[in-house]
Amino acid sequence: MTKIGLEIHCQLTKLESKLFCSCKADYRKFEPNTNICPICMGIPGSLPLLNKSAIEKATLIAMALDCSTPNRIAFFRKNYFYPDLPKNFQITQLNAYGNTSIGWEGKISVGNSKIKIRRIQLEEDPGRLIYEGATEKTKLTLVDYNRAGTPLVEIVTEPDFETPHQVREFLNILSDLLENLNVSDPGLEGAMRADANVSIEGGSKVEIKNIGSFHDLEKAVHFEITRQQSLAERKIEIIQETRHWDDGRKITVSARTKEEEAEYRYHLEADIPWVRIDDNTKNQLQVHMPESISSKKERYVSKYGITSQVADILSSDRYFSELFEKANNETNAKDIANMITTDIMGLLDTREKREMSKLEGDHISDLVGYIKSNKITRASAKLALDEVIKNGKQLSEIIEDLDLGHVSDESTLSDIITEVIDEEVKAVEDAKQNPEIVNFLVGKVMQKTHGKADPELTLVLLKKNLGIK
Amino acid sequence: MDLGISALNYVNGIKNNEFTVEEFTLKSLERISQVDEKLHAFLRVNDLAIKNAREIDTKIKSNQNVGKCYGMPISIKDNICIEGSKTTCASKVLENFIAPYTSTVISKLNSEDAIIIGKTNLDEFAMGLSTEFSAYGPSRNPWNTDYVPGGSSGGSGVSVSANECIASLGSDTGGSIRNPASFCSVVGLKPTYGLVSRYGLVSYANSIEQIGPMAKTVKDSAFLLNIISGIDSNDNTTVDNKNQDYLTDIDAGINGKKIGIVTEMTNPDGLSTDVLDATNDAIKTFEKLGANCEQVSLEMVRYAVAAYYTITSTEAGSNLARYDNIRYGYEFDSSGFEFNSYISQARSKFGPEVIRRMILGGFVPSAGHAGKYFSKALKVKSKLIAEIKHVFEKFDYLISPTVPIQPFKFGEKINDPVSFMMVDFNTVTANLTGIPAISVPYKITNGLPIGIQIMANHEEEHSLLQAAYALEKTVDLPEVPV
Repeated sequence: MTKIGLEIHCQLTKLESKLFCSCKADYRKFEPNTNICPICMGIPGSLPLLNKSAIEKATLIAMALDCSTPNRIAFFRKNYFYPDLPKNFQITQLNAYGNTSIGWEGKISVGNSKIKIRRIQLEEDPGRLIYEGATEKTKLTLVDYNRAGTPLVEIVTEPDFETPHQVREFLNILSDLLENLNVSDPGLEGAMRADANVSIEGGSKVEIKNIGSFHDLEKAVHFEITRQQSLAERKIEIIQETRHWDDGRKITVSARTKEEEAEYRYHLEADIPWVRIDDNTKNQLQVHMPESISSKKERYVSKYGITSQVADILSSDRYFSELFEKANNETNAKDIANMITTDIMGLLDTREKREMSKLEGDHISDLVGYIKSNKITRASAKLALDEVIKNGKQLSEIIEDLDLGHVSDESTLSDIITEVIDEEVKAVEDAKQNPEIVNFLVGKVMQKTHGKADPELTLVLLKKNLGIK
Repeated sequence: MDLGISALNYVNGIKNNEFTVEEFTLKSLERISQVDEKLHAFLRVNDLAIKNAREIDTKIKSNQNVGKCYGMPISIKDNICIEGSKTTCASKVLENFIAPYTSTVISKLNSEDAIIIGKTNLDEFAMGLSTEFSAYGPSRNPWNTDYVPGGSSGGSGVSVSANECIASLGSDTGGSIRNPASFCSVVGLKPTYGLVSRYGLVSYANSIEQIGPMAKTVKDSAFLLNIISGIDSNDNTTVDNKNQDYLTDIDAGINGKKIGIVTEMTNPDGLSTDVLDATNDAIKTFEKLGANCEQVSLEMVRYAVAAYYTITSTEAGSNLARYDNIRYGYEFDSSGFEFNSYISQARSKFGPEVIRRMILGGFVPSAGHAGKYFSKALKVKSKLIAEIKHVFEKFDYLISPTVPIQPFKFGEKINDPVSFMMVDFNTVTANLTGIPAISVPYKITNGLPIGIQIMANHEEEHSLLQAAYALEKTVDLPEVPV
């Protein structure tokens, strides 16, 4: 049987500061080596100062993944040399003297199966190495410490996955969950990374590291299963080792065997006293935990009668579900849900667009109201949305500015209809035989009015004009 | 003007216009230039000392608020950071390291108008007990310059003992304040773990070390502890002592107090008979002062040195791993090195004792050996803590000789690491258990000092200083011969 396990690293990007100093947790906007201080640079004599909010955020994750949580948390040093590691040890966690990591023994549903979570721990991210220069001889390795000390949560699963597809499904669910908890923005570059371990019946466990994206992870796992199976078929032993994903060639290559594995000399980080988490704190966290995606979905379906498919899309996205909650006033929930999933999601399909957007919940509920009361067509509504997103003005103002109000004045419409009938001689003839063609003519009227014509009135007037019943 | 005066008398002298800050500072600098070529207490003297002195004089003359120190010259062990100046840890590795920030203890001294007169010598990265492992040459004992001053805060001990300054700050990981205090005949206090901020102290074994005062009198130690102690937002391990005043009732005496004489510390291997005689004499003195002295056994003390070296080496291996010459350090052309050989090259400037402990620190906690060494050491530590907790239910103080021997000659022990380690026998227990301990000068025998160690329970510095003061009052020692 194929067994796949994952190690996921997720940055707590929603925190203000790094895990042990006051530098920014979101390092992405800085010039290299400007988001640093004596603490995250490991300058002699500096001491780590624990960011307590990181413990809370990480504990939320443990609770959401149904983990046991400790009464006291301890940090350990993992010692190894690497140029991106300022102190040449990483402050992390280890369940050595009882369970003192953020969480353990959790589970999460993926489709019809349960994936067990072995352990969750809080640790600091190292800096980043940037390789520059094309050839071996001119190659430079640059170090940027802006990321060093960023709060990172490591989630280790049991080897409960059987297929690469299941892995991908899990990662999507986990990523939505982390976003929904408001602890991380998994869409940010490098915010969520994963390593995998793969073994097939009778073979040793092989770890795969260095995987850039979830998409690649699925491919890497798939490749690794195939590789191991073909070895097994030829009766070649599968050795325990670490392999790297070669992004260019789309294969895994051997990195090091287990015997040469680094010696980490774990010991307690004495500079950070053990942190107690009492039941009261845990209860408070539980009470303030954001509603889960599944409960949200269920509520959308049962309370508002939103279709399961729409509810699914809406609930699994934190940004749009928040927008929905703000916009809906119970009576129009279904229309709002539809507008968000059919129109708005397309208009705000990137992070940048969402960040720039001035669209508020009120805008959407107003807009749905206008459509319902026939003050604006659906086509005009789309134009209005575009405007609101750009400038955030009141809807009434925008409709006036853009002249988006319905053309429902009979004489104006009649003039336009006459124009269309004159221009579309053949269609008019056909329409008399085939009433379906009338819709084509309605479309032409819409074109001339830039979508503002009242579609029902247009139809009535057209039929009347053509003498169709 | 007497350079040998205590901190408290210095403050009185300034207040009574007996001398100005500038006059005293000049005298101190003069003294340093006279004797330090021989003693080598200082690695560097502060060029701005006179300027600082004048500024404080101006404040005094114009009746502005002046800090408690009134410009008294204080020396600082060179493993405590001051922004913009060198902190070398007496190592070639940090020869050019300029700290980008100031440690909490220095900020506190500055705000009380102390003058940092200079940075003092130590064993490289505070690993050693004689200053023979300083990369810049050893300091010499002012009582007899053929002898070591103790260590690792040897330079601090010498600077106070030889009247080159009023007081000093050292750091104590396994006796590094108390050992040179005993060898140089000054008072050395290792506070409760967490009482004094370590922010800005270059870590060696961060789970057990503390900064503490080295001073001419017990009262001066209390005076300095008042200034440097207390909770610090830059050090998560600090405790809130509620601004306790350690000078209040320092003369309360020890009548009726219970003192445990630690059996294991009064008969270790190699204990000198002169030290034993002095200790027995001190016990009689304590009894004359009204205390009840009784033998008490702490079984784990026999394993404390082994546990100490196992734990400190492990932490040293980790704390010193950052000296890879990537972000700061010394210049060398790194081209042609792959990473591992680069690291070896970068670390080639460490001295022999640091290398010894880093090798040990790579071995004792490693996957295949941790069970035999590091985990056992942690067990000894927790058993020792339990024993200490138990005995302090009965006793107010524990006493012993600070060091089982008197100062030794240069080179006498340097080639015998194990006998070197045993010199720490009596001091490491306070570090492993986190309790406060003080060394009080008690006797000069054969022209060399002997100190008595008093230990108290966690955060009982106030009571500890009372006992130390009571003992000190009974002692009359000769002037330092330098």
